Amino acid sequence: MTNSFGEFADAKMFLCIGTNMTEAHPVAATFLKNALRKGAKLVVVDPRRQPLAKLADIHCQINVGSDIAFLNGLMNVIITENLYDKEFVANRCDNFEAFKTKIMEYPVERAAEISGVKPETIREVARLLSTVKPAMLCYTLGITEHTTGKDNVMSTANLQLLLGNMGMPSAGVNPLRGQNNVQGACDMGALPNVFPGYQKVIDPAMREKFARAWNVEKLPENNGMMMPHMMEALPDRKIRAFYIFGENLANTEPDIHKVERELASAEFLVCQDIFPTETTRFAHVVFPAASWSEDDGTFSSSERRVNRVRKVKTPPGEAKPNWWIFKEIAKRMGHTWESNSSQEIWDNEVSVLAPALGGIKYSRIEEDGLQWPCPTLEHPGTAFLHRDGMFTHGKGVFNPVDWKAPAEIPDREYPFVLSTGRRLYQYHTRTQTGRSGMNFLMSEETADISPADAQKLGIQQDERIKVRSRRGEVEVRARVTEQVPPGMVWMSFHFREGSANWLTNAVYDPATMTAEYKACAVNLERL
Amino acid sequence: MKITINGKSCEGVEGQTVLEVARAGGFNIPTLCHLADLTPTGACRICVVEVDGMRNLVAACSTPAAEGMVIRTDSERVLSARRFIVELLVSCHPLDCMTCEKTGDCTLQNLAYELGVTGSRMEGDRYDYPVDSSNPFIVRDYNKCILCLKCVRVCNEIQGIEAIKTTQRGFDTKVATAYDNTLQDSTCVFCGQCVQACPVGALTEKKAKGLGRAWETRKVRTTCPYCGVGCQQELHVKGEQIVKVMAVEDGSPNKGRLCVKGRFGYDFIYSDERLTTPLIKENGSFREASWDEALDLVANKFKQIIAESGPDAIAGVSCARSINEDSYQMQKLFRAVIGTNNIDHCART
Repeated sequence: MTNSFGEFADAKMFLCIGTNMTEAHPVAATFLKNALRKGAKLVVVDPRRQPLAKLADIHCQINVGSDIAFLNGLMNVIITENLYDKEFVANRCDNFEAFKTKIMEYPVERAAEISGVKPETIREVARLLSTVKPAMLCYTLGITEHTTGKDNVMSTANLQLLLGNMGMPSAGVNPLRGQNNVQGACDMGALPNVFPGYQKVIDPAMREKFARAWNVEKLPENNGMMMPHMMEALPDRKIRAFYIFGENLANTEPDIHKVERELASAEFLVCQDIFPTETTRFAHVVFPAASWSEDDGTFSSSERRVNRVRKVKTPPGEAKPNWWIFKEIAKRMGHTWESNSSQEIWDNEVSVLAPALGGIKYSRIEEDGLQWPCPTLEHPGTAFLHRDGMFTHGKGVFNPVDWKAPAEIPDREYPFVLSTGRRLYQYHTRTQTGRSGMNFLMSEETADISPADAQKLGIQQDERIKVRSRRGEVEVRARVTEQVPPGMVWMSFHFREGSANWLTNAVYDPATMTAEYKACAVNLERL
Repeated sequence: MKITINGKSCEGVEGQTVLEVARAGGFNIPTLCHLADLTPTGACRICVVEVDGMRNLVAACSTPAAEGMVIRTDSERVLSARRFIVELLVSCHPLDCMTCEKTGDCTLQNLAYELGVTGSRMEGDRYDYPVDSSNPFIVRDYNKCILCLKCVRVCNEIQGIEAIKTTQRGFDTKVATAYDNTLQDSTCVFCGQCVQACPVGALTEKKAKGLGRAWETRKVRTTCPYCGVGCQQELHVKGEQIVKVMAVEDGSPNKGRLCVKGRFGYDFIYSDERLTTPLIKENGSFREASWDEALDLVANKFKQIIAESGPDAIAGVSCARSINEDSYQMQKLFRAVIGTNNIDHCART
């Protein structure tokens, strides 16, 4: 997030696109609702009429995967009606003319045809956005989980640059992170192209810096593989050993049949987890790990805030802290690492090596955490980025992007579009929520379908039906709901039986390798 | 603005209530229905104070502070009024403190103790509501409700759910869902904000039952293990057992709020399905192994693969659920020890 949750309460306007905030980030949504009570405006762009959409001043119920067409059309109105922030665009941004040329290819009628939102509604949103400033743009996986995910993100940034909604409180581009420490795992360099603190592995100076710190002669020079490529390299043994730490890939990745073929073909698979999972079945060695509350440490939240996590109990049996397990493997491969606790790792290594975290030490985050960038011990942390339009690269850069349809679109054989996500009462593959009583509130997966489609196919509420895609099929109960528009099916991936991932399409954004969980084609059948 | 409280001069600013100025000045004024940040209701009257020149006692929570006010928070008239209010509340309250979950952390119990109310002076009608413990998370015993309506206000104004309101009038006033259904048959989302707000034993955490008294638990601040908001939790821990989870009032970013998973989804760590020992697969099934054996096996296999196929034949994914220090350590193992950048995690999928 460029901005912070603390700014929600005073925001005047929200544009929420592809975010089911009341279910996936419930506490963030409470602050949004508080702002609405004080008169803030809300525009929701989402194919479903989910709870947030019901609170909206305007709900743009776009067709699945039409985000860029919609946003380009919206920006077309903003430019042609002269509603944009000319001062900000002229002084703080680059590449406007090329961007404008692209936007002119998306007159509002074209955007309306692709997105399914009426031209007058798009115009209304454009005018509202230009009169109420600043606006906070929030998105979640509805933007990123497409084959055009990276371009979708660019498009949201284009809009906020055009409106001058950057570099001030209650503004910005704000992706809400789905997992407690997905931000932190990125910050720590659990990515194939960067060291901790987003320092590039292809930069010789960075390699030298880390080689010195880690007391090794050299470090690998080329970017590594991204996760989907790793898994696809298992069957032909291009990857011979695969180490999975705390991920249940057999349930979370698209096309479970494909994923399991890949995992089953691994020459040597190591899993490190707190529970046996569908993934650990394929392992050759399983390490039992300490869980949340069984080790001291830090999580980094969506708003770049480094928060303390504390130990209150010992791990069960022989389970060990994860950092200890990695350290022991390093020792057996000839490397002795000095740090012997989470605090030593953070204070003496992470915050020394990552400049943006340099001012964050355990002693400073006993209570509220600190938001990076926080380069020095005196720095108070950074609530919002790009203050006064000062961007990391000098100016904000417009990136002209084109709309492309999802990889698999409905046809005669598979006439419905399946979109997936999370539900309030469960979490991911239920390793945690399935063992803390949440099954009382949600005990099985459903296929959410529209009343119109239910009527057309003769499907009753709660009737068991078959959902089939080119990759697999599941039997689940139908949940007939006004939330879902005709032609759409919506499911989550919380329950192994009935998981949407038996159906989803393993196609990826070429740059980010994020899978298109939000769009594939399915058929519905009565049993 | 200057006002005088119990003879001491206190600074206030325009718009503050008497309660706010008094608390900032270090004076203890009890409250039952007061909620910071929300519009005061002045319903319980326990916060009454005496103001020079005013005929009646006034509720400190809803009286704006004004220049030159002279206030007494501890006069006999004030204490007597508070005592009377507590006596009225106690007169219809089940005095089962010995077995009540809230004992030790109950505002009514503390007030009765401080004001010397025994419950013997007045005998009032009692409620006879059935206790609702039909869900795994929240026990509702409205026989103990003092109608401060904090639960209603946090449900409506803080969480924005609007699952509960008051029904009936007078003595029969009761907090209820639509049609007085159970919570699971209402629009309730089980965030438990009502439980955190309840000053008495009317709303309690079912999982906490019998696990520990308020004075036996230590309070440990930590961060929620679910979504990416980073809510700050206060774990109430007895020995190695988390008794219950509260939100840290005033902690950023959640300011005292949690959702259903953050408040009630913590006890998976005690599951007897946890992995407790290293496992090695032999002939298609797992057997238990020592750490030395399992670690040696992995290290040796890695060394063999590096020698035969190079370091890029090894790949790993880190965990977006675990702490930063673990991810740091794993990428360091891959880069500095194995010698590959084949390290990733689930951010992209």
